[in-house]
Amino acid sequence: MTGNRLGNTVATAILWAAGFFILGLLVFFLAYILGQGFKVLSLEFVFGPAANGGVGPQLFNTFYILVLSLLFSVPIGVGSGIYLAEYAKPGRLTNLIRLSTECLATVPSIVLGLFGLIIFVNFMGLGFTILGGAAALALLNLPVLVRVTEESLRTVPHAYREGSLALGSTQWQTIRRVVLPSSLLGLITGITLVSGRAIGEAAVLVFTAGTSVSRHYPDFNPLVSGETLAVHLWYVRGEPLVANAEAVAAGSAALLVLVVLFFNLAIGLPARIYQRRLRGSS
Amino acid sequence: MENKFVVHDLNLYYKDVQALRNISMDIKKQQITALIGPSGCGKTTFLRVLNRMNDLIEGVRIDGKVLLDDQDIFGPDVDVVYLRKRVGMVFQRPNPFPMSVYDNVAYGPRIHGQRNKNKLDEIVEKSLRSAALWDEVSNRLFKSALGLSGGQQQRLCIARLLAVEPEVVLMDEPTSALDPLSTLKIEELLRDLKNHYTIVIVTHNMQQAARVSDSTAFFLNGDMVEFGPTETLFTRPTDQRTEDYITGRFG
Amino acid sequence: MNNRHLNSQLAYDKLFRYIFIVSAVIVGVIIFSIILFVSKQGLQTFQDVSFWDFHTGTVWNPPGQYGALPFVFGSVAVTLLAIALGGPLGLAGAIFMAKVAPPWIREIMRPATDLFVGIPSVVYGWVGLTVFLPIISKYTGGPGFGLFLAGVILAIMILPTVISISEDALRSVPKTLEAGSYALGATRWQTIYRVLIPASLPGLVTAVILAMARAIGETMAVAMVIGNSPQLASSLFAPTATLTTEIILNMGQTPFGSPWNNALFYMAFMLLMVSLSMILLIRFVVNRRLANDR
Ligand SMILES: Nc1ncnc2c1ncn2[C@@H]1O[C@H](COP(=O)(O)OP(=O)(O)O)[C@@H](O)[C@H]1O
Ligand SMILES: [Mg+2]
Repeated sequence: MTGNRLGNTVATAILWAAGFFILGLLVFFLAYILGQGFKVLSLEFVFGPAANGGVGPQLFNTFYILVLSLLFSVPIGVGSGIYLAEYAKPGRLTNLIRLSTECLATVPSIVLGLFGLIIFVNFMGLGFTILGGAAALALLNLPVLVRVTEESLRTVPHAYREGSLALGSTQWQTIRRVVLPSSLLGLITGITLVSGRAIGEAAVLVFTAGTSVSRHYPDFNPLVSGETLAVHLWYVRGEPLVANAEAVAAGSAALLVLVVLFFNLAIGLPARIYQRRLRGSS
Repeated sequence: MENKFVVHDLNLYYKDVQALRNISMDIKKQQITALIGPSGCGKTTFLRVLNRMNDLIEGVRIDGKVLLDDQDIFGPDVDVVYLRKRVGMVFQRPNPFPMSVYDNVAYGPRIHGQRNKNKLDEIVEKSLRSAALWDEVSNRLFKSALGLSGGQQQRLCIARLLAVEPEVVLMDEPTSALDPLSTLKIEELLRDLKNHYTIVIVTHNMQQAARVSDSTAFFLNGDMVEFGPTETLFTRPTDQRTEDYITGRFG
Repeated sequence: MNNRHLNSQLAYDKLFRYIFIVSAVIVGVIIFSIILFVSKQGLQTFQDVSFWDFHTGTVWNPPGQYGALPFVFGSVAVTLLAIALGGPLGLAGAIFMAKVAPPWIREIMRPATDLFVGIPSVVYGWVGLTVFLPIISKYTGGPGFGLFLAGVILAIMILPTVISISEDALRSVPKTLEAGSYALGATRWQTIYRVLIPASLPGLVTAVILAMARAIGETMAVAMVIGNSPQLASSLFAPTATLTTEIILNMGQTPFGSPWNNALFYMAFMLLMVSLSMILLIRFVVNRRLANDR
């Protein structure tokens, strides 16, 4: 009996230690990244043009490519999520689509980058472009969007659907007016998640959007090459010729993490508040 | 009196399990028809045949005929969306949508193309009054319906249904999740509604069936054992099993 | 309500059903075309290079010698190292969160693990480069690049995958099972060890496999800390390379369609096949077998 007790105490201690080690690791990472970054971050650095040692164009490209990639991936991803949650009957086609989604989700991002390179850069002959980068990045977002959509639609009680159908609404009306509004929080959280990942992604973009920025800033032309912040951080590390590469790297790293944090707070939080109002705690 | 529904020789299977056997019954216009029987005997299943809600369930097979105003509801030219507009349903558990009271009631008219704000206001008030809920919610029309009590939610679901002006109202144990006072309110409401609608109500509460209905059908294990005027069925049942059930010898 | 309105709604209903089916099919078409295009490009390698030499050769010196074994070895080694370090830690963290931690700590740890996901892989690489590398370098006397550092960084990067999937699996074990164990006088650890872990084994194995898939496909972080020397690793602390790092560093330097370039595509194809087999493994072995064995 005492042996069991002892084992239990030791195991509990180890589990607590593991939990705190993981938390500590995170705190260290954030503290280090932001601490190093704040020495460098300034308005000039964040928004300034490359000529003045700023990463403004890269920051702009990051958001531009993100928005375009969402434009490609959200309709298809949410659409297939809706299909899986609302229409799909158990069967071969459904199985195949589920399997495809899972497979696409595990394809390494470098492979998606090479696929983009074949299709957009060589096959379509566009060269390195923001458009090609966004399209390749959309492939990375797609499976996550499918899964998040399906999951959040499944949390909507079946009774809502029956209630709506029993009033003589079509399935599409039910989805649009009842199911989607009640799963909005899940959808927005999912898109935030996807965006956070897309912002930090570099491997997909190196050989599709390229590693250089346009001479104009901001340049909305989607057919020019557009280095993003994450790619920039990768690039300066390997280029000893870049002036004060270390400072630029530290600043870019902190800026990337801040942008991801901002996304979670600025989009995730209002969504949560909206949902609470919808659920009617009043 | 005229028949609203004529059900003829209806059989229903969930995959291989038969849940309804050779059901035939006529449901009269502007009457309340009650379905009673022990739980699991097929009352809900039967009710959901009438507006084809069973279409949503995987593996359901139905044979037999169900005529609504002499038209086969399984016929090729029948659209199930239109059918459900004519034959609406109130469920066992209140299921208001997570929106305001107003939007809940306006939901049906809106999906059926009503956009006029004044018309909608009118319909919402009229439906809420018909469902005897107006006085309780008129000052919180634009707050979430999920903040209402269970009894209020169920009446809201009835109001939501009335707003689409169905011809038939199907109710699946609408008071089983409610307190006695709310139950009483809904029963009073049923008697009012009878003048305009054909009502089919499932209940496992025999007193309720006796209080509100004109005809009663007794189901047992997928069979319809007996069907007739409520008076007769409760005072002079012809089948021994019916008698056993209404005298509380089983179920 | 009129017939025109109903008919138009029915038309919309059909249209959207069609749209949703098409989008679902697109997802299938995409993965299919990825396999098709990457394999088509990659398999051209063997017009110029012997299939056998490519897979077994240890010398990578293109154009001329295409022995890709060092990269395969590098990829496998960093993955195993990552799972050996990050797997137990992540599992312990998951058990802690699911069964030991008081609710308020759990409330902190959930978003915290999400934040781990939020840190971009280039940033992980950069932290490895600026924090961990000097430490290793100091203790080993070498430059510090190599399998070990890459394994450590990957171990941290896979933590959220391991934790979130394992925690879900642990949580989905029916409470009655646990209660039964406590009722027999078992301690919490005995219950975790003898009931919870066996009952959630398919989920735990899935977590490990997905974490491995993530590790083997990771590119940027590894490329920043492994040293990028295309030779078989002589020790844990010697610069070497993996499939992904070799691709990212050389894709831009080699002309599209050249044997060298094709070889890089073939490496991508290898990665693709590995990650797809992991999914199949989870689907057809883990979920079926282990679930049935219970
Ligand atoms: N979706 C379903 N799939 C399979 N069997 C069902 C389903 N729904 C109900 N049943 C079965 O059909 C029988 C009748 O159920 P139901 O109509 O719900 O009974 P009641 O409403 O009278 O309690 C029961 O034996 C029940 O188990
Ligand atoms: Mg029932």
